[in-house]
Amino acid sequence: MIALAFDLLLAASLLWAAFRALTTLDLFRAVVMFIVFGLLMALAWARLDAPDLALAEAAIGAGLAGALLFDSVGHLRARGRSRP
Amino acid sequence: MTRGTGRFRKMLVSVGCASLAGAAVFAVMALPEPAVRLAGPVEANMDRSGVTHPVTAVLLNFRGYDTLLEIAVLLLALLGVAAAGGSEKIGLRRLPSAPHAFLQSLTRLMAPLMVLAAGYLLWAGSHRPGGAFQAAAVLAAGIVLLFLAGLLPERLQSDRLLRVGMVAGFLVFLAVAAFPLAGGALLQYPVPLAGALILLIESGLTISLALILSGLFLRLPDEFEEEEE
Repeated sequence: MIALAFDLLLAASLLWAAFRALTTLDLFRAVVMFIVFGLLMALAWARLDAPDLALAEAAIGAGLAGALLFDSVGHLRARGRSRP
Repeated sequence: MTRGTGRFRKMLVSVGCASLAGAAVFAVMALPEPAVRLAGPVEANMDRSGVTHPVTAVLLNFRGYDTLLEIAVLLLALLGVAAAGGSEKIGLRRLPSAPHAFLQSLTRLMAPLMVLAAGYLLWAGSHRPGGAFQAAAVLAAGIVLLFLAGLLPERLQSDRLLRVGMVAGFLVFLAVAAFPLAGGALLQYPVPLAGALILLIESGLTISLALILSGLFLRLPDEFEEEEE
């Protein structure tokens, strides 16, 4: 019963995080939501008995991809500031 | 862009995503039973794979060819990034601002633990979840963290060492893959040696993948700063 409730909550938060990451106007916030999505996805993989995928998702999907996206946001902001 | 078109576009994207998700759910529901179930043959051949964890056995023994090509693709991606930089030397980018003292002390604490965790994941890959990719991702995250804190050691920034390190894993894998060619086919490890060979490949892969993954982050061209100069 508790496991089912947890799974439903996880699925709902996944959809919510994905929706927020796609629709928010602030790019920084969108990247944060993408990382949240990645970490929740890792939890979902763990729940699906795929710990290998969970590890890879947490490290590569949320960690490195998040760092790269933050970098891009920084570049975009710097470029926006320099423009008159 | 006015507010109206922005909202319209957002709605369009939402509707598109919703219908795509609906179609995907429908497709999964309508999926026929797979004609071939591979879990059985994998289970049956586990004692010939040299490891006891089925995922590692599939990735590095039964379907080693896929993994070999994956590494080649990642290496190509990094070469692409380096080529897009335009300069002959794949130099490291500069830090935009001085790192925070808190970040530095935290990184000093974290980096050794991350190396330890990566070593554990590499070793654990043979009998439980873990393996080269996960270990490399942890190591790469450690290298990025060290770089952001301005603590990356000089030795890790040496150009020639890095180039050798990046291709070493792929070359080790290729050599091990080609070694059984004399007796039969590509990637057919001799059964008694399989465990040791897989550990050798995974060790090489961990180091190379860590350098490649972190290289993708550290070697991005500083496009904006170049424009400014």
